[in-house]
Amino acid sequence: MWKTVLRRVLIMIPQVIILSILIFFLAKMMPGDPFSGQINPNTDPKQLEALKRAAGLYDPIPVQYGRWVGNLFKGDLGTSYIQHVPVTSLIADRAVNTFWLALLTTTISYGISIPLGITAGRHQDEWQDQAVQIFNYVTFAVPPFVFYILGIWLFGFTLGWFPISGSVSPNASGFWGTLGSQIYHIILPACLVALITTTSIVQYLRTGIVDNKVEDYVRTAHSKGVPENVVFRKHILRNSLLPIASSFGTTITGLLSGSMIVESVFSYPGMGKLFLDSIGQRDYTTLTALILIFGILTLLGNLLSDIIMSIVDPRIRIK
Amino acid sequence: MEKQSDLLLDIQHLHTAYRLNGKFYDAADDVNITLKRDEILSVVGESGCGKSTIAASIIGLYDHKNTKVTGDILYNELNLVGLNESLFDKIRGNKIGMIFQDPLASLNPLMRVGDQVAETLYYHTDMNEKERHERVIELFNQVGMPKPEETYSMYPFELSGGLRQRIVIAMAIACKPEVIIADEPTTALDVTIQAQILDLLEDIQKQSHSGIILITHDLGVVAETADEVAVMYAGQVVEKADVKTIFNNPLHPYTRSLLNSMPQSDDTDEDLHVIHGTVPSLVNMPREGDRFADRIPWIPASAHEKEPVMHEVEPGHWVRCTCWKTFHFDDSEASGE
Repeated sequence: MWKTVLRRVLIMIPQVIILSILIFFLAKMMPGDPFSGQINPNTDPKQLEALKRAAGLYDPIPVQYGRWVGNLFKGDLGTSYIQHVPVTSLIADRAVNTFWLALLTTTISYGISIPLGITAGRHQDEWQDQAVQIFNYVTFAVPPFVFYILGIWLFGFTLGWFPISGSVSPNASGFWGTLGSQIYHIILPACLVALITTTSIVQYLRTGIVDNKVEDYVRTAHSKGVPENVVFRKHILRNSLLPIASSFGTTITGLLSGSMIVESVFSYPGMGKLFLDSIGQRDYTTLTALILIFGILTLLGNLLSDIIMSIVDPRIRIK
Repeated sequence: MEKQSDLLLDIQHLHTAYRLNGKFYDAADDVNITLKRDEILSVVGESGCGKSTIAASIIGLYDHKNTKVTGDILYNELNLVGLNESLFDKIRGNKIGMIFQDPLASLNPLMRVGDQVAETLYYHTDMNEKERHERVIELFNQVGMPKPEETYSMYPFELSGGLRQRIVIAMAIACKPEVIIADEPTTALDVTIQAQILDLLEDIQKQSHSGIILITHDLGVVAETADEVAVMYAGQVVEKADVKTIFNNPLHPYTRSLLNSMPQSDDTDEDLHVIHGTVPSLVNMPREGDRFADRIPWIPASAHEKEPVMHEVEPGHWVRCTCWKTFHFDDSEASGE
């Protein structure tokens, strides 16, 4: 199994290199440079040229790429054009916020969808199944932003249960006070995102159970005299969880990359909001850094999925 | 006369109906068969004749919402029809073992094969984990697994078809059941492996004095292993006798046609006999008169009974309908139609 993991990690290296080259050239093709924002009618063009030369913008492309990669290894992602702070520290703050939001979202999402999927699969075509299907249609069909705005209106304004923006209350003090306030701020967005991410998990699980129920090995288990509920748990459910296990890695990295819409709607300072803001402000350094991070996260997500699959499925583990 | 205790299964007036488009259709229609200790009873017939339906009815594995089973299936005076599920779970795998057709699909892909066999023991014996492991190894030896210890922790996909079927057999015989139902146990296997598996089944039956119901469409398998034969057509038993009688003195037109369709190794130049038409589907099955009449249209309707029943033509030899008395093969077919 460790061989499989090692092989997968080694495959990732060329993938990351190709990704970085692509992103670098994309960044080069974008209009503007670090000094575009600082130009005013009084700027001496010659002085600007000198600044650009000093910054290495006239060096051959491969040299520039080498320097960029070298800086990446030193943890230097460049300086934001707009905010004039190192991108690394800009992202670090947001990443922590997004991480907590993603963690809570994932927990709630799987916490809701696995019982729902099991109920629907076990009671196929009965009223329980139909109720879950209706829930699924609603959460799948309603656009996320409508969902979020409705959530804010109902739980934020009307009932006033939860705060509707930000990541922490300015009045919070002390370690526990701050932590409590942070958790309080992410409950509503996390629940709303969790609700709309349940669809595929519920559907995978329901279909898996319905398909596996009629498999021959389930009949074999029954013919051995294994009680119904054990047949379900040990034989049907385990096999039905495979597709969910395989999508777990990508689901979690998808959430880590930031839920752009929810973070914007809730003005939550996370990666997704940073990404959207950077596009709006044409903050190319931040954008390239974020795209690179999202790309690497996607690769890591796939790796995580493969590792989980090789743990749960012997057919993948043993070659 | 047999002693009462020799009778393992007594199936009387079994009707198994499946719901299709809201209506129930009998897939097994008034089936009467018995299984004795030390006996291999073979149930033969074409696909869709109701063989597997009988197996499913005996072991109680069918979709309970869409299946209706009536009649009696007496196992040691206990009626299995309508038996409570938790009581049935104490019999399945313990007193009645089942061997299925496709050995890959019949095994859970995510479980070690040894654990799958041990699972049977877990629910029917008081053995602890170590004893179960030892018993599984013993069973693997009995079914002829080449490396029992290594095999224990392997997964189904790592084994060949023949070895997988041995695992399935080990699972079925783990608790030394009195009745073993083998539903097409060799159909998915190579011919050479088929013979080994059949020998194994015969050995097991001799050692354990159990009774085996062998469901097959392969008359070669029947000739090789069976003691008693029940020939089924369209949900009904049409002829029932010991294996010698079936092969030497078949009477029912369907049995004769089946035997006639069997390739003979000594005549290679003649075309195989083909039975006219196909088995009617469950919905289109004629419910009155002789169900086989449509497939022997050259026999006049007057030769069939109105309501064909089983007649004992000689001791132990039962035939449905009286049309066998006038039956002959279609002459036009011989001329190469």
